Amino acid sequence: MNTRNDPSTLASSSLPRRQKPHSGMVWRRIKNTCVFLVTVLCALLAVSVLVFILGYLLWHGGTALNWAFFTQLPKPVGESGGGIANAIVGSASLILIAAAIGIPIGFLGAIYLVEYGGTKFNFLVRYAADLLNGVPSIVVGVFAYTAVVLHTHHFSAWAGGFALGLMMIPTTLRGTEEILRLVPLELREAAAALGAPHWKIIFTVVIPVAARGILTGIMLAVARIAGETAPLLFTSFGNQFWSRGLNEPTASLPVQIYTYAISPYDDWHRQAWAAGLVLLMGVLLTNIIVRTFLRPKAQTV
Amino acid sequence: MNQVLAPTQRNEFPRLTAPTPWSTFSRFRRVRWGEFLTRSITFLSAAAILILTVALAWELYRASQLSIRQFGFKFITSSTWDPVAEDFGAITFIFGTLVTSAIALLLAVPIGLGAAICLAELAPRGLSSILTFIIELLAAVPSVIIGVIGVFVLVPFMREVGGPALKGALGFLPLFSGPNYGVGVLTAGVLLAMMVLPFIISVSREVLLAVPREQREASMALGATRWETTWHVAMVYARSGIFGSIFLALARALGETMAVTMVIGNTPQISASLFAPGYSMAAVIANEFSEATGDLYLNALIEIGLLLFVITMIINALARLMIWATVRKQSTVV
Repeated sequence: MNTRNDPSTLASSSLPRRQKPHSGMVWRRIKNTCVFLVTVLCALLAVSVLVFILGYLLWHGGTALNWAFFTQLPKPVGESGGGIANAIVGSASLILIAAAIGIPIGFLGAIYLVEYGGTKFNFLVRYAADLLNGVPSIVVGVFAYTAVVLHTHHFSAWAGGFALGLMMIPTTLRGTEEILRLVPLELREAAAALGAPHWKIIFTVVIPVAARGILTGIMLAVARIAGETAPLLFTSFGNQFWSRGLNEPTASLPVQIYTYAISPYDDWHRQAWAAGLVLLMGVLLTNIIVRTFLRPKAQTV
Repeated sequence: MNQVLAPTQRNEFPRLTAPTPWSTFSRFRRVRWGEFLTRSITFLSAAAILILTVALAWELYRASQLSIRQFGFKFITSSTWDPVAEDFGAITFIFGTLVTSAIALLLAVPIGLGAAICLAELAPRGLSSILTFIIELLAAVPSVIIGVIGVFVLVPFMREVGGPALKGALGFLPLFSGPNYGVGVLTAGVLLAMMVLPFIISVSREVLLAVPREQREASMALGATRWETTWHVAMVYARSGIFGSIFLALARALGETMAVTMVIGNTPQISASLFAPGYSMAAVIANEFSEATGDLYLNALIEIGLLLFVITMIINALARLMIWATVRKQSTVV
């Protein structure tokens, strides 16, 4: 960040002041203080939203959490207890499929944009990625439905993973591209001067230097799709039992939370809170760890 | 395409202006497979992004053909949604989407701008970055969790406290009349405001921080207070970037599905009252897609998806144009 532009270092007290401010100036100073107080309230309000969400989830979800919650299958309505083991495993497999689709395409595509691509082609690809990034997640789900589910005639983990993978591509692409552009030209020139071919420069010099930053972008993309519900509703669907393979409807944490939350049963509501706490903790911890441990060093590139 | 993939093609190192020895010499000796493979695999990945995006738009268009042919333009203006008689119109859903997004922006824009001003202009650097970090974490909260909070906390609150209070104060307006069930357009709008707030704050803060120091110094040298400097100078300079952040938030709000679906009430109707339950475009797809029987029903739902795609595409393009305009202005001024 550019500290030169940082307005908080502009000291208002160092401004020359009149000995006796006339009434207009007094009024302007009062207005100044009042308006800034209001902005402080706005900032506190915005921050308190997260505290409020986290607090409610810990309060309601914390009590419903126990070991069985992580190891058992959901129980039928009426029986208390049961867990979401199948949803956790289902979510993990969906994320793996999504990563297998989204990361290579986004990562390698970014390499092409930075290392090889011409201006026009780059513009088109970037435009397409931005477009894809802006598409509402439910629409991505509709696309995965018509492209995969309609052809295979059943809901499957593949279709859900495809939808999530599609959503990972633009974030991975733009994140990787941004970091690759930060790699100094001198490093490339040094490698070229030693006689390395371009592809070797890319894989042995450019990517290792940028690795931390690229990893940050990828992990944030994973954390983002891990909580996506809308694209899974009619692709991986949901399942109260273990799925016997990737070709079957698969349970996932977000869809399970949704199903439980809109149900009329108190017992399922407790499960929704607990599952919500698990999901939120996973997403927030990933974000905190990645942003605090990976990012600062990546910026020195 | 052939040119790009040709294995013997001379490779130009993009950053160096002079022809480099390794590329000119080696091409006479052998086919450079490493170069060829790297180049073609990365090219295919980049091209895949283009192809997937085009495929998405095309697939939505193709899969909604039945409905487009049957209803034509009437689809957008008709308020009938009758799966049994197979007569479909989307205006109630478009209305719900627009109204919830408008409520979200009305709440989130003033609060978000206030918070952004506080973080960019007032707070000391360290505190500002911690608060920004927390607000960015809020952006990472999955929408289904916001929905859970909505269903179990906000809906009862609106039913018992918020709704009656609004009715007491502003009940004479048609906006706040009618029965209040807790679920409805207003509740959905409030939830959406919570979700778009972090986008407005983080983008606006960055744009404000990018205003050159000289601009502020000039204003304060003329005797303006800090608030007058912020409002008349920094905000004006950053205007288009801030509008960009609002448009970005709008695009998010329009396409947001889960939280809205869980609290909007899912009733296809147009009502003047904000307490009345409604329905949004994303919510009707989420609710009815897997139960849609009959091709026409499914096609009508996909056409709603297509409409949503086109609307968010336009809004996103406008947002990027505005942010880009600010960034370009900076590079010429600084």
